Amino acid sequence: MAARTLYEKIWDAHVVREEPGRPALIYIDRHFVHEATSPQPFAALRAAGRKVRRPELTFATMDHSVPTKNRDLPMLDATGAAQFEALARNCKDFGISLFDMQSRNQGIVHVIGPELGITQPGCTIVCGDSHTSTHGAFGALGFGIGTSEVEHVLATQCLTQFKSKTMKIEVRGKRPSGVTAKDMILAIIGKIGIGGGNGYVFEYAGEAVRGLSMEGRMTMCNMSIEGGARAGMVAPDDTTFAYLEGRAFAPRGKDFQVAVDTWKTLATDAGAKYDATVTLEATELAPMVTWGTNPGMVTQVTGRVPDPAIFSDAVDRKAAESALAYMNLKPGTRMEDIALDRVFIGSCTNSRVEDLRAAARVVEGKRVAKSLKQALVVPGSQRVKAEAEKEGLDKIFREAGFEWRDAGCSMCIAMNDDVLPSGERAASTSNRNFEGRQGKGGRTHLVSPIMAAAAAIEGHFVDVRQWKHLNGEE
Amino acid sequence: MQPFTKHTGLAAPMDRVNVDTDQIVPKQFVKLLTREGFGRFLFYDWRYLAGEKPNLEFVLNAPRYRGASVLLARANFGCGSSREHAPWAILDYGFRAIIAPSYADIFYNNCIKNGILPVTLGNEQVDELFKRTEESEGYRLTVDLEQQTVTDDRGLRYEFQIEPFRRQTLLEGLDEIGLTLAHEAEIAAYEAKNLRVPAMHGAVDVKYHRN
Repeated sequence: MAARTLYEKIWDAHVVREEPGRPALIYIDRHFVHEATSPQPFAALRAAGRKVRRPELTFATMDHSVPTKNRDLPMLDATGAAQFEALARNCKDFGISLFDMQSRNQGIVHVIGPELGITQPGCTIVCGDSHTSTHGAFGALGFGIGTSEVEHVLATQCLTQFKSKTMKIEVRGKRPSGVTAKDMILAIIGKIGIGGGNGYVFEYAGEAVRGLSMEGRMTMCNMSIEGGARAGMVAPDDTTFAYLEGRAFAPRGKDFQVAVDTWKTLATDAGAKYDATVTLEATELAPMVTWGTNPGMVTQVTGRVPDPAIFSDAVDRKAAESALAYMNLKPGTRMEDIALDRVFIGSCTNSRVEDLRAAARVVEGKRVAKSLKQALVVPGSQRVKAEAEKEGLDKIFREAGFEWRDAGCSMCIAMNDDVLPSGERAASTSNRNFEGRQGKGGRTHLVSPIMAAAAAIEGHFVDVRQWKHLNGEE
Repeated sequence: MQPFTKHTGLAAPMDRVNVDTDQIVPKQFVKLLTREGFGRFLFYDWRYLAGEKPNLEFVLNAPRYRGASVLLARANFGCGSSREHAPWAILDYGFRAIIAPSYADIFYNNCIKNGILPVTLGNEQVDELFKRTEESEGYRLTVDLEQQTVTDDRGLRYEFQIEPFRRQTLLEGLDEIGLTLAHEAEIAAYEAKNLRVPAMHGAVDVKYHRN
């Protein structure tokens, strides 16, 4: 057989049916559902009298609208509560496992899938959520789907899909201290643009990617969609296998060894061809901060807010002008001079225990700037929260002046009470700085957890590479 | 799904690149349980001031674009969140077709599944359509999926490409789930053959596990 990429191997293994000129029917191994995009597909199934074909392959949780405090009190948000009730009823009626708000496994769907070992290499994984690309960190094919497709998967355990093109994104060399996976992916999106990956699946490779933990790889794959790609992947290796061993749903004992032997065959073959290749040098990377209203509007922390006049294309120039007006920023402003109102550490991009450890190391023994109205840490899952508390991270954050909450999407999407008020400015470890994303009129700057933590202490952005407390780690 | 064959209607210009689905339907409406009535929420934060008062500076609120059914847009339209609420809102507002240089992948798929035709044309062609729409009030376009053309009544005629299967899906208003269910025997055969190799399909064993 010809040399194949990781994507092609997974694709080939999941084709149920193929005929020329039509999309293939591919089998779906894992389906995650949450309260926000599932009520309509379940309703449609009922209306059509259809069943869920393989309920044991679908897993549900509550994340988008969950309150991050006072969960023992009745919910005041009636629309949110109605969605939770609908999800609980749908899971019960159709026989689907649900990690509800009281479950110790509850959390953001893209955090709990991996940490429970439900996400495994070689699998096809979908969810009605664009950040399903996260799961590609395990050498799985994970991608977000719309409501109609959610219904399709529930009813058939398959999807009709056209094969994507492949783009290899290689980050060569060793990642400098203070530069995180978040900075790597923001730099990539800055380079290719937010539509640059449309029609592609990314495969991240190179020494700097290999050197990342699973958490770092998840951060990169998570934001593939912000570069336009529905999926991003990293070939599984010993880091992947070590992460998965012993997880609740992962294979055990001899089965695990058999699985690892198969997973080892997934890596892209030597000589396999990609449709496009992008290369970055890790040594040229720096901590990144977004200045505009999409993740591609990004620069290094040592940089300045650009002048829209530098954009030669009229449409781009207009977009930059409109972004600066929304963000209330003047061209030429140093990124380090941008003062903040709030700091949010959380989201499916950066809320895993490693992210919290790194941020805690930065803030330990210091105090959040007085000028800040709020500094918020929202763990990605209740398991992350429990682990962080076991390590005393909650204490470090609280003593520094951060709020410590229960798990959920929180201020990344502001569907609960954690909202960035209009006109205020936040440093956020989330994935989207779109207009109104964190709250109508709110102004978002995307950064890494250590950049957010340092900004919380100073009240404005700072170059974390100059923070002596980093010790070459993050 | 409502089939799409040919549609003639008033064009409206959304002259902004990278319009994301958070702008098309803001998050607070993703909390609803149904898929009906989303037209009211289309471009909500741009379209309304406080108290749902129309923002007269927003293009779709201009009287000349009232009743528009062909949406002109810029590159990478529909990027961001996978929410299908975005095409529901576009359709419920009254748009049957979108014309743009490019779309985000998930949004594009979601349009097809809702009977909206996302036409892809070159940058210069889209520029020309924006120009004509803005210059002449009441400018109408005809989008013909059978012929794969966009035309106006002044002799403009652009051809567009679309994947044949997607074209057929729209023309016939196909029920994709029904189509897949017709292949039940193949799905069952695939499962019988492959799911015994758990490593490629991620064995799950719920018996190990308690909530």
